[in-house]
Amino acid sequence: MDERAPAVELKAITKTFPGVVANDDVNLTVMPGEIHAVVGENGAGKSTLMKILYGMIRPDGGTISVNGREIRFRSPKDAIASGIGMVHQHFMLATNLTVLENVVLGSEPTHGGVLDFDAARERIRDLSKTYGVPLDPDRIVEDLAVGERQRVEILKVLYRGARILILDEPTAVLVPQEVEELFRNLRDLKDRGVTIIFISHKLDEVLDIADSITVIRAGHTVATVKPQSVTARQLAELMVGSELPTPETRESTVTDEVMLSVRDVGVRVGERWTLQDVTFDIRRGEIVGIAGVEGNGQRELVDAIMGMRSPQQGSIHLGDADITRWSSRRRREAGIGYVPEDRQLRGLLLPSPLWENAMLGKQTMPPFSSGPWINRRGAHQRTDEVIHAYHVATPGPDTSAFALSGGNQQKLILGREMIAEPKVLIAAQPTRGIDVGAQAAVWEQIRRARAAGLALLLISADLEELIGLSDTLYVILRGALVAKLDPATVTPEELGSYMTGAREAASA
Amino acid sequence: MNTRVKVALLWLLVPVSAIVLALVVSSLVLIIIGENPVSAFRSMASYGTQPNSLASMVNRAVPLYVAGLAVAIGFKMNLFNIGVEGQYRLAALLSAAAGAAVSLPAPLHIAFIMLVAMAVGAFWAGVAGVLRVKRGVHEVVSTIMLNFIATGLGAYLLANYLRKPRLPNELIIQTRPIPPSGGLPSLAVVGGEDLRSFLVIAIALGIVVYVLIWRTRFGYDLRATGINPEAARASGIDPNRMVVRTMLISGAIAGLIGMSDLFGFFHAYTLDFPTGLGFDGIAVALVGLNHPAGIAVAALLFGWVDRAAQILDLEGIPKEVIIITKGVIILSVVVAYEVVRRIVQAQEIKAAAEATRKLEAQKEAVAA
Repeated sequence: MDERAPAVELKAITKTFPGVVANDDVNLTVMPGEIHAVVGENGAGKSTLMKILYGMIRPDGGTISVNGREIRFRSPKDAIASGIGMVHQHFMLATNLTVLENVVLGSEPTHGGVLDFDAARERIRDLSKTYGVPLDPDRIVEDLAVGERQRVEILKVLYRGARILILDEPTAVLVPQEVEELFRNLRDLKDRGVTIIFISHKLDEVLDIADSITVIRAGHTVATVKPQSVTARQLAELMVGSELPTPETRESTVTDEVMLSVRDVGVRVGERWTLQDVTFDIRRGEIVGIAGVEGNGQRELVDAIMGMRSPQQGSIHLGDADITRWSSRRRREAGIGYVPEDRQLRGLLLPSPLWENAMLGKQTMPPFSSGPWINRRGAHQRTDEVIHAYHVATPGPDTSAFALSGGNQQKLILGREMIAEPKVLIAAQPTRGIDVGAQAAVWEQIRRARAAGLALLLISADLEELIGLSDTLYVILRGALVAKLDPATVTPEELGSYMTGAREAASA
Repeated sequence: MNTRVKVALLWLLVPVSAIVLALVVSSLVLIIIGENPVSAFRSMASYGTQPNSLASMVNRAVPLYVAGLAVAIGFKMNLFNIGVEGQYRLAALLSAAAGAAVSLPAPLHIAFIMLVAMAVGAFWAGVAGVLRVKRGVHEVVSTIMLNFIATGLGAYLLANYLRKPRLPNELIIQTRPIPPSGGLPSLAVVGGEDLRSFLVIAIALGIVVYVLIWRTRFGYDLRATGINPEAARASGIDPNRMVVRTMLISGAIAGLIGMSDLFGFFHAYTLDFPTGLGFDGIAVALVGLNHPAGIAVAALLFGWVDRAAQILDLEGIPKEVIIITKGVIILSVVVAYEVVRRIVQAQEIKAAAEATRKLEAQKEAVAA
């Protein structure tokens, strides 16, 4: 096989945080000039591993070798000096500065103490040409699209002399076309001898781009495979370590009674219509799924239904009542529940105890309050119920929300919404970032609530979840519902092509 | 040890470390200016513990306490009411003038003056609230500006409309005196010093504020908005309405800051009516960690330091040293609070991780 020394070799890396083993006996061998993917569930230990490799965290045990030489990193500076660069998932750019200024930030070229931008500009032009990363150094970052900003990040790393690139979930923020563009760039980089470590949990992409794939599960590296020799499903099973649970909903429980009716709803943000002519019904016992690439109007739709943004057009009915002009609170009280997509931003009071979090959105209703008074005892009891019924791991209802893991936070939110027996539940990404066991539990609870008559709007990026749970499935693209599909017959591939607009509306 | 006790002891570290640090820094300053810190503190301690000093400490603490409450209620919602100063001064002036203009039976007279003061304070703060909601003007900017306007407006009104006709040889400019039915008798005379009875009202006010913030739905909404406005909005809270309401309440409380002095000592608004209490209230709220009980401790501490420092003049030590002491207390409380908060947080995370492990173990036991 290959006689060269590996570009990066990690042996028996171990890292323990108080109460958790984040990495345990992790082994990773990345050959020079390859694209090596590291896949695993959220919380499997990918990020910890990459932070170790980039010198942000020091491991408790194990060795790191770069180009055959064993190295100890004390800080990212050491990693950069050995030619390792990191492209973070969340861009670290000053948007009011130019590409050039951003690239040199932190390693500004000087000439006799004065900034020498001309030399830097030349080098950036050279780098863009050599590596096929086209960028005008004098454009303001603010004016760049997301994909271009990512290129600035890559250029920044190359500018510092990196020959080994770590990309942390680089596609999470990109639309499909930009993903293709990124992959082209990555292949070009590879052809010019750059080694790339690509972290992801999107298996299709990994199979598309990687030369080797290392699977990490619960802090261990479980296998390194070649993309040609595995299917996405096999890879997923390696990731979770067992047969995948499927989110199917057996027999239909859909009734004729319309619970939520959205009619011709349009939302304009500034000059742009971010939501247009959206019409659909959700009946008692029905799950309506909305598929779509993030940022195609899902957020505006949720906001319009929850009363956080008033639509410029159309109407929304809950049962017989026109709720278009109702306040959020009135809608909540009328029986609409909400599981927000970003639990920490919209769903929790992190420094507050769980019992105060369990009443968020329900604070005007029993058992949490009576009249103007908070009912502490009632709130504690209800919180205990949520903790037990939804298996929230916590010392008790007085623990602060920030102390809980993401999965447990999500269980608390889901529990507080479900236990109130809403008529309609708006659930955005209900299983994002939680482990497989918890995911299966959430699906089971959704199924049970549906059988009991819940009308659910499910917005999810997990296509299997959408297909498996939904009774009716819509695709949202550029703010409009472009297709209505039958989840019993549609495949994830078809769904994907509607989502990107590759396939035009057939049966909408 | 019980974790609750441990956490409580940790929190106790905040004021203790602040006071120790303040003593150390003030001693250094005293040494630098060539004074003996030990003798300075000793004379402060002996003077400050005399009965009349203790009564004076409480009298000084009461307006500070009310000011701290007014500021804290805004802080709880991340609303910085810097305008407490202007609100209470305008309220004191107008309520004193109104109180002098009517004649009512005693309890009603007091209630009337307090109501006018609260209404004026609420109105002045409400302007900032409405500006924030309707025009997006940050309340720090608007309340600072409103302070200047309040000062100017107050001086103009006093000089031109509300002034008591001057007797020959009388220099002081003031409103007409409020008749005795609009004053409060002293609670007790301690060592020759009146202990003013507004203290009782201030304590009641502290309890009301505590109940409002921690026991009512309104208080829950207020705290939720302060912690996470986005989540608060998603839960059905109208943030704009909360801003206006909180400013109104903060301003109404601010209106009462001058009442202790008005009812118990001045009986009129005069040019030498105490100023700066609104700004001191910010410090008191910070040191008291925005909790009515903490604010009480902070107000008493500041009241005592102010009183005890009077003796320094007699010792030939500039009593401005005490301003440094207060500054150090404020800074070290803020820092110590942050440190303790992190320790407590780390403990909570550990406990939660422990609970997760237990739940996992249970699950495995059930499965096996």
